[in-house]
This record gives sequence, structure tokens and C-alpha cells, in this order.
Amino acid sequence: MDKKKEVLLEVKNLRVEFGKRRKKFVAVDNVSFHIYRGETFGLVGESGSGKTTIGRAIIRLNETAEGEIIFDGKKINGNIDKELDKEVTRRIQMIFQDPMASLNERAKVEYIVSEGLYNLKNYKTDEERKAKVEKAMLDVGLLPEFLSRFPHEFSGGQRQRIGVARAIVMEPELIIADEPISALDVSIRAQVLNLMADLQKKKGLTYLFIAHDLSVVRFITDRVAVIYKGKIVELAETERLYRTPLHPYTRSLFSAIPIPDPRKERAKNLEVYDPSCHHDYDKDPPRWVEIEPEHFILANERELEEYRKMLAKNGVQAIG
Amino acid sequence: MEDRKVILSVRDLVIKFRLRGDILTAIREASLDLYEGESLAIVGESGSGKSVFTKSFMGLLDANGWIDAGSIIFEGEDLAQYKIEKDWLKIRGKKIAMVFQDPMTSLNPLKTVGKQVQEAIELHQGIKGEEAKDLAISILEDVGIHDPENRYKQYPHEFSGGMRQRVVIAIAVACNPQILICDEPTTALDVTIQAQILELLKGLKDKYNLTTIYITHDLGVVANVADRIAVMYAGDIIEIGKCEEVFYNPQHPYTWALLSSLPQLGVKGHDLFTIKGTPPNLFYEIKGDAFAPRNPRALKIDFVKRPPYFQVSPTHKAKTWLLDPRAPKVDPPESIRVLRQQWEVGNNG
Repeated sequence: MDKKKEVLLEVKNLRVEFGKRRKKFVAVDNVSFHIYRGETFGLVGESGSGKTTIGRAIIRLNETAEGEIIFDGKKINGNIDKELDKEVTRRIQMIFQDPMASLNERAKVEYIVSEGLYNLKNYKTDEERKAKVEKAMLDVGLLPEFLSRFPHEFSGGQRQRIGVARAIVMEPELIIADEPISALDVSIRAQVLNLMADLQKKKGLTYLFIAHDLSVVRFITDRVAVIYKGKIVELAETERLYRTPLHPYTRSLFSAIPIPDPRKERAKNLEVYDPSCHHDYDKDPPRWVEIEPEHFILANERELEEYRKMLAKNGVQAIG
Repeated sequence: MEDRKVILSVRDLVIKFRLRGDILTAIREASLDLYEGESLAIVGESGSGKSVFTKSFMGLLDANGWIDAGSIIFEGEDLAQYKIEKDWLKIRGKKIAMVFQDPMTSLNPLKTVGKQVQEAIELHQGIKGEEAKDLAISILEDVGIHDPENRYKQYPHEFSGGMRQRVVIAIAVACNPQILICDEPTTALDVTIQAQILELLKGLKDKYNLTTIYITHDLGVVANVADRIAVMYAGDIIEIGKCEEVFYNPQHPYTWALLSSLPQLGVKGHDLFTIKGTPPNLFYEIKGDAFAPRNPRALKIDFVKRPPYFQVSPTHKAKTWLLDPRAPKVDPPESIRVLRQQWEVGNNG
């Protein structure tokens, strides 16, 4: 990570709206962030905060109202030509939340994993396609024999592996993993997380990891952004953010993480976030500011001062 | 603990299901004593039988399932002998109530939430009309719903997920049950809401004098709410003890594995601990310790003979041959040793 960082994906002032005129709902509002090649970038927030919408906007499933999404130097949102669209489809893939719902029940695994290849026709002979599919299966720890089976013959963990296989068969660079393990059991979660980490090492993948399980996010991500009601309120390196969360929403979110340790869990202090009493944005609207290197926060001047004090205090504590 | 009153006593319960002509044994001779006023958490993977086990206390088994052997003693009666719905109506809702996982599907979308709470009161407490309505409103207030008079008239779709779960809890406590079973009460909710609901449940437990059973796979939730923990694997309770005993001094290799696979105990950049293999097929008879095939530290006897409970402390017991005095000394994995050290430090300090 310390080597020269190359930005793979950049999201600038993104805005996504649903509905029109009076029914209009702004799901994502002025969101900016970038993802470096090879890193795992986490996006956390509660349901309805817009984290999935951002993922879907990147992969061109949701239209964008404003802003730019730049992938490897090229703008990929809005109207783009067919060639680029195909390229985006190949280079950005997605893993979905519920492996019970995201696989076609009536198709064999072979078809499910090959579907992306069929659509883009980026193989010369059928043998080549088969070889690619078999390799993808082996990569995710499944046997090529399984290709002739149907999804219902697999357990939840195996199904999620199939979901991963059909993403990596396209040889993507960026994988958007939308809650890939929330629907799985504790012990299987660990397997899928290990698999994802392993594939990242082998293939140099970049992940956008969308989740609400904050302890998993801490374990797997390099940097993390916290999103609240369509706005990113804080973004920093994962460890730094978990150690010194500044924004009141981040703090309330982190204070609610269940700790599997009875003594600590019972001693913890819940913080409550109430936008109406934490902020005075009527007079002084907030800006997106880099408060320390690689640590961004949404705040106005008065709050920035407060946060800087908190940082200084933490710094002193860390040294002492 | 020992002198506390046992409110529900399950002995050697066997539950079977008929599935496509085959017979599956979901619960294999599980026993449990539930003490009055305690809060017990049952943890385990999906398919371990934790939901089936507790559903059998309320006669809620699916039509293809039945209690094959064993007893469930509650208030001097054996619930395992209940055959007809009429018997169960005396228990279900009235004495033992349940909060289900998904608040989106457990409410009736066509009735106002107030009516749904009121219905439960009228059915179980014999209070009718205005009086029942007033009680419904006060219960809604108890579960932390602001402005209950107005929200009484609203429909479930006007409530957020967390608020709906509060309504579901209101319906459950409206019948003044003795035992409240919460089946994954917060899995469908966001962390901040989850914390609020757990606080609410803890508060209600004191206020309404409830004995609570939590069914969950989230060990963070367990650490928060449980007095005692029962770990289930393949239809049996393989370890049970006080919350701190199970967390800091686990004895069964499966409990070790479960705790070790938590991301909180993982080290960044290293693989997380995983449990190899899959849970046993419950269509076949299981020989020995059900976890043995997945346990790298399994002893020979684990494959031959099913272990009985070995007492670790007066309140803590586990079904593993490792606790037999004749067993060789087997070290738990690194992460468990760390937990144990914390426990010892905590006890001394």
C-alpha cells in the first residue's frame, strides 16, 4: 500500500435520484471518493443510507443525476459508447448478498458461471470458455464436476462461492461486493472472507466492500467510508477511523458494534446521533474537508475546530 | 444458581421430521433446565436445531415434524404429550410467547398496529373494548413508541423496521407471558437499532418479570444479553454455562471453533480461522461426538462413543471426552488461550 498508489476508480460529486418532481428522492447526494488499485474499500451505513445505490451506480445499474464516475481514467457514467460499456461490464463485477436469491434456480452452474462470457463473447472456442469456467471453479475451491449441478444442490457457503466464481470468470479488476456475507453463518462467513482475501492476493483484485457488519469491515478493509442518508460523513484508513472516529454519526455507529466479550460489551457506552442537535448547518453549511492526511470529514468551521481538538487530544494520549 | 426455581425442564427431547419419505432427526436427546427470571442464549449455526428446539415448547413444529421421545415439563404438565391445538392454546402466547426474526413479515399489514396489540390482550387477558385499548396504548409506550395514542391508529407500513420490531415485542408481552422466546430478534436490523432493541428487551424483562430465551448466531448479542449460554450443534446442547464461563473458558472444540472464527479475533492480513467440513447429515444416525469429523483435535473415542456431560463448574458443563480424567491434554487454539488469559486476569483483578 505504501508504494505509489494508482487510483482505479474515482467518484466525483455523485448524485443519484429516484422518482420525478414531487416524488423525487435523493438517494445519494454529492458523494466523492476514490479507490486505489489493489485495496479493499469499505462502505458502511445503515439500510437505506444509499450504499448499495452507489455500488449499483458504478456498475451502471442505476442512472446518475449529477457527478462523474471515472474508472481507470475514463468516464463511465451517463451516455457512453457500446464498446466502453462492454469493457466496464467485464472489468467491474459484482457479488450479491443472498446466494439463495441471486442464482438462477433453473440453470446449471455451468450456465450461471458462463453467462457473462456468453454475453460478451470474449472467448474464441467453446473449449476456451470451458477452460475458463473450470479454472474459476477451482479458484473458488469448488470442483469442476459441480458444473453440471443445479444451485439447490449446494449449501449457502458453496452458493456464495458460485457467486464469486461467476464474477472472477470475467477476469475483472474491480469487484463490488454488496453484503457478500450477511446472509451466511458465522463459520461460513470466515471461509468466504478468506476466499476473497486469497483471490485478492492472487489476482490483484480491488474490492468495494459494502456492508453493515462493522466488525467484518474492520477486519477486511484498508480504508472505509461512513455514509448517512446519502452523504458520506467520514472517510479514513480503517484502523485510524475505528480508533479515532470524529463525526458524531460514526461514533454512534461504532459505539453500537456488538462485542463478543461479555465484560466489554456490558461496559460499553452507547452514543446517540441526532442530526438536529449535533449540527448547526442553517447558518454555516458543512464542507468535505481533509482534516488530517487521508482522513476526510463532512463538517462546518465550528465543528472542524472541535474535531481538531479531539485529534490533538488523541495524539497526546497516544504518545503518553 | 442451583437453588433457583426451574420454570421449564426439557429431558432427552428427540424431534424428528419426515422429509421426502426419509426421516431426519433434528433434536437428539437434548436436555435443558430453564431457571425463572434468567436470560438464556442458544447459539449455533443454521440447521443446528436451535429454532426447532424452542418452537417445540410452543407446539409450533411444522406439520411434518413430531416429538419422538422425551419430555418438556412446564407448570407440572408435560408439553410433549400435547396432541391437539386446544391444549396448546393454553400455553401459546399466554404463557410462552415468541418474537420472530423479521418484523416485516410478522405483522398483519391490513390492521392498525394498535388493533393488533389490542387483539392479543382481548384474546389472552379477557379484557375488552376501551379498557383493552388503554392497556394496548400503555404497552406501546412501554416498548418505546412515542406518541402512542396516534401511532395506535397507524398501519405497519408507516413504521420503520426498528419500530415494527417494537410493535412485535409489544404484542408478545401484551399477553403477560412467563417465558419470552426471541428468535434472532435483531438480525434484520441495523446495528444502532439493534442496540436499542436489546436495551428495550432487557428493560422489559425486569419490568414484566420475564424469563427470556434468545436464539441467535451473533455472539455480540449474546455477550450483551445472556446470563447463560447454551451452544447447540447437530441437535444437541454440547456446552452450557454462565455467559462468562462459556466466553472465557470454553471447553468443547466446537465452541472453540465458533469463537475463533469471529472476525474480531482475527489478525488483519492473516486468514480467519474456519471450521473445516460441513455439519453432519441428520438423515443418518450420528455415532460418537457429532463434531468429531470436523475436529482436527478429535480423539479416537470421539468417533465411537457419544460423550456425556462433564461438569466444569457447578454451573458449567460440556459434552466432550476432553474433559474425561483419562483424556490426553489437548490445548485449545491460540485465540482461545488468549481469551482464557483475559479471564484469569479479570478474576484476579
